[in-house]
Amino acid sequence: MSKIKQVLSVNFGKIQPDSVEEYVKAGGYEALKKAFSMEPVAIINEVKAAKLLGRGGAAYPAGSKWEQLYEIQEFPKYIVCNADEGEPGTFKDKMLLEKDPLRVIEGMTIAGKVFNSHEGYIYIRGEYRKIQKVFQSALDNAEKAGYLGNNILGTDFSFKIHIMTGAGAYVCGENSALLNSTEGKVGRPRIKPPHLAEVGLFLMPTLVNNVESFANVPTIVLVGGDEYLSYGTPDSGGTKLVCLSGHAANRGVYEVPFGVTLRDIIFDEEIGGGVANGGKLKFYHLGGQSGPIGFPEQLDTAYCCKVMRNNGLSVGSGAVVVLDESVCIIDYLKSVTEFFIHESCGKCVPCREGNTQLQFILDKFSKGTATEADFALMKKLSTTMAKASFCGLGQAATTALDSCLKYRKAEFEAHLNKQCPAGVCFTNEEGGE
Amino acid sequence: MHHVDPNVDVNLKINNIPVTVKGGTTIVEAASKVGIKIPTLCHHPDLPVRATCRICVVEVKGQKRFKTACNTMVEEGNEIYTNTKAVREARKTILELILADHPMDCLKCIRNTNCELQDLANEYNIKEIPFTPTAEVLPIEANNPSIVRDMSKCIKCGRCVEACQAVQDVYAINTANRSHEFTITTAYGKDLSESTCTYCGQCIAVCPVGALYEKDDTGRVWEALDNKELHVVVQTAPAIRVALGEAFGMDPGSVTTGKMVAALRRLGFDKVFDTNFTADLTIIEEGNELLQRITEGGTLPMMTSCSPGWINYIEKFYPELLPNVSSCKSPQQMFGALAKTFYAEKSGISAANIFSVSIMPCTAKKYECTRPEMNSSGYQDVDVVLTTRELARMIEEAGINFNNLAEEEYDAPFGLSSGAAVIFGASGGVMEAALRTVYEVVTGEVLQDVEFTAVRGYTGIREAEVDLAGTKVRIAVTSSLKNAKTLMEQIKKGESNYHFIEIMACPGGCIGGGGQPFRATAAIKANRAAGVYEIDSSQELRQSHKNPSITEIYEQFLEKPLGHKSHELLHTHYTPRKI
Amino acid sequence: MCKQLTEKDVCEIIASHQASKEKLLSILLDIQDASGQNCIVEEWARVVSAELDLPLTKIYDVITFYEMLSEKPRGKNIIEICKSTPCHFIKGVNIVNIFEEELCIKMGETTPDNLFTLQYTSCVGACDIAPVAKIGDEVYGNLSKDKIVDIIKSYREAAICQK
Repeated sequence: MSKIKQVLSVNFGKIQPDSVEEYVKAGGYEALKKAFSMEPVAIINEVKAAKLLGRGGAAYPAGSKWEQLYEIQEFPKYIVCNADEGEPGTFKDKMLLEKDPLRVIEGMTIAGKVFNSHEGYIYIRGEYRKIQKVFQSALDNAEKAGYLGNNILGTDFSFKIHIMTGAGAYVCGENSALLNSTEGKVGRPRIKPPHLAEVGLFLMPTLVNNVESFANVPTIVLVGGDEYLSYGTPDSGGTKLVCLSGHAANRGVYEVPFGVTLRDIIFDEEIGGGVANGGKLKFYHLGGQSGPIGFPEQLDTAYCCKVMRNNGLSVGSGAVVVLDESVCIIDYLKSVTEFFIHESCGKCVPCREGNTQLQFILDKFSKGTATEADFALMKKLSTTMAKASFCGLGQAATTALDSCLKYRKAEFEAHLNKQCPAGVCFTNEEGGE
Repeated sequence: MHHVDPNVDVNLKINNIPVTVKGGTTIVEAASKVGIKIPTLCHHPDLPVRATCRICVVEVKGQKRFKTACNTMVEEGNEIYTNTKAVREARKTILELILADHPMDCLKCIRNTNCELQDLANEYNIKEIPFTPTAEVLPIEANNPSIVRDMSKCIKCGRCVEACQAVQDVYAINTANRSHEFTITTAYGKDLSESTCTYCGQCIAVCPVGALYEKDDTGRVWEALDNKELHVVVQTAPAIRVALGEAFGMDPGSVTTGKMVAALRRLGFDKVFDTNFTADLTIIEEGNELLQRITEGGTLPMMTSCSPGWINYIEKFYPELLPNVSSCKSPQQMFGALAKTFYAEKSGISAANIFSVSIMPCTAKKYECTRPEMNSSGYQDVDVVLTTRELARMIEEAGINFNNLAEEEYDAPFGLSSGAAVIFGASGGVMEAALRTVYEVVTGEVLQDVEFTAVRGYTGIREAEVDLAGTKVRIAVTSSLKNAKTLMEQIKKGESNYHFIEIMACPGGCIGGGGQPFRATAAIKANRAAGVYEIDSSQELRQSHKNPSITEIYEQFLEKPLGHKSHELLHTHYTPRKI
Repeated sequence: MCKQLTEKDVCEIIASHQASKEKLLSILLDIQDASGQNCIVEEWARVVSAELDLPLTKIYDVITFYEMLSEKPRGKNIIEICKSTPCHFIKGVNIVNIFEEELCIKMGETTPDNLFTLQYTSCVGACDIAPVAKIGDEVYGNLSKDKIVDIIKSYREAAICQK
């Protein structure tokens, strides 16, 4: 039986992405029409029943977020779509923006209706500037067809969506940084509280959801929360777009229902197809650079936000970077740390200085100059960064390191003795092994 | 959802000690109520919270991560722990991370023994740094007369940025870059002299380490004092006498006038004079200028000109409003002009041989004295400006036991001054002093109560209306350039109906100047202001026009207010400098 | 070289975004694209500062914070090579070396003809076709030596045609 279930990706490659006509022909905008006949609270209840967990990485229940914003009686409220897909190994929002933008637009419009918001913003990362043009065309067409803009579907409800561009900063994926950037400011995160639901874009109440989260909304409205929930597990409703990359045989975006196993995702012929070129799986990095690393012995874990979390793993953004045995764990972690060094906004000490110092320690392992004391230092540093950093970036920067220290300490220890199981380190040194 | 009601009691426990505080109280504040000190570094009580150094982390029961005590508000039922192993380890690690990126050349640092980072390293028993040193040697920027920036010492706490932006609205410096390149800089890394900087020095005043300090001119003063050819005179600004004691462990606001005079004599100054004398003179000139503007239809509102940071600001930001600024020189520069003319003549010493030093609470004064127009005597009128901090360093270096000095008096002819002059040191003082004189000049009546308390204070914009023999004169007083901006915008929009506005660049006025002893807060500045008003109220002579030395100098030398000599020596002009 | 950007051009770009503060990133990206030097020099930042009524230091913070913006001149085409793990660990081809050899410059440098600047980027979201390089808004994937040679050639030819 196929492990694939197409809900979000059903139109991919089948319709002209910016064509309202083709989108409608494929069933698009039925949800919006239905939503217009529903009470806002009823829609929120469906989202809650659906157990839609935020698809950006944090897996925060969208229903709760919507409920919190709904209770705030301050207007205007803003709807913001986080399309700053920056987690390395993640390219599923790109697919939605590029191949079915109207689904995202419909989801945002429904949210606009629920919160009586008239202004939506989609913050698309600068690296996707080409896609911004496709998305703009979809917006224009939706407005022309009466699904967006003034008097939507002939009612007195109006909702506009503006595209805001990023300019290269991973930290802008953090929602408060994203709002600063949307306002044209530097994308360093804000102090919380206040929460964004209360004090968000332009200091007004704001809903921030990920592209994939919004894209799920039309389906939830259409089929109902209970039905949607049944696609996945009792804890994680619906399906998930997963992104396979690295040494996966079949790299790409696949839609799976929650509840399949990691083994299914990586090895199923219709999905990852195993390791490329007959390689052997060494580990896989989940949910982007901020996510944990999984090992072959964890492959039978169910891909469900709760089960994964209980097992020290994470769905995160949906990234699954597959690595074979040619990769050295230390070398890999150095690459991860280099990413965080590059992307740290620099304002808080644990993240700014911590990542820099972590790299020095990892470097000592790869050069064979590390000592036992470096384990303790690394652990202490990692804990401080995770528990004391200003925002999620610094807090998650050592997640991958922690997985490796927990499950593959032996590979670190080997490096103390100048042994690199993957044969990556110590090869360029004169007289080295 | 998080709601903060300052009227509601919040009950919590900190390290198992029950404490009740009002809603909106931070963990740091609540902890201090029960005698628990939580270290802070990027946090300054007078500035917006940044929460970026993370040194103030604490554990809150039920929370996965630490909370920063500087910005987190207490909630009902909180159980907070400030001294667990986890907290101590995290704080120490954070401190070690900061120190790994710090040059740690403490012995030759300007903040040695007076550094907030050094204090923390001491408190946390730092003996070695387990991390790789990353501190870079960066060029020290000192291409202006006022402010030195040594960015290799910067710990990127951002307090200076808040002072420059949130307090002063000047935006000369800001954060830039990210990650390890994250820094505090002017736009495009230009010198401060090419930025919007007004040299107010508020960035220095809040810097916890030795990254920002005044341009040190003590060497030039020592050299002059050692030069037997030179007759070295010194003037002391009103706000020095109530702050200098802090540098020697005295309580903020302690009045040290007599000790300061004694110390200056021991340093070797030939004459110790008081800027307060020319503050009185300023009142006569400025008061007459105001009356002239009101009666002859001159540009109104007239604005004070004593604060050089403020003058730099208006020249850079609102040059179109320069006609509103009083043409009176600041008391420092009036003094400088008179020292090398009137005093030179009187004492028979050639102006070429007079070296004029001033002790100021201010870094912008260092720039002011170098302005090319400040040479009415034919020489640079004031040769060197020292800040309060520099004077304290000289006193230390000379081995003078400040606290035990017997009090001494200023020298004539610039030694006698009124209580109206000393209050120049606090925001509102110039206005109050002016009213004390103008009222009597205009009405011909004796002022029963010389205290105009409505204009005193620290915050916001204070305003009042004074009846001068039927003419209602509307006045406004403010300090900080952000508040000044509000008033300037009003004038630009034609919505300002004031006749006279007093503006001081630094919050609280000169008592809060950028050259004053470190670690000042609003509370400390309030003590300094109290010291100033204490001096005033204890004086018999409290009005500038009643100062007999002032009468004398007009008779002997200046002839009359706004006269030809005054115009030459005591008045100036300004230059638009839009950046 | 592109024609010299004038203050009028910069003002037009700003006006095309309704001189709106929240459009600062779009404005700066557009100025950079039009600059011919792939950067925003102080002169143009000052115009933006005046037109949007934003402090110059705020604009400088933005320019230095975002990876795609630069305060220093760069080549006409920025070749950005992804160094995130899904690209970095692809075996068999070291695209950095190939680009460096073909362009005779090192990472971070600009070719003497100002046609190319070589720099790293974080993930551009094209991990399914790793290893990738991004030039302008175009992403090139599944790179091999032959492909890289062709790509560079096409940009060189386009530059000659423009002249």
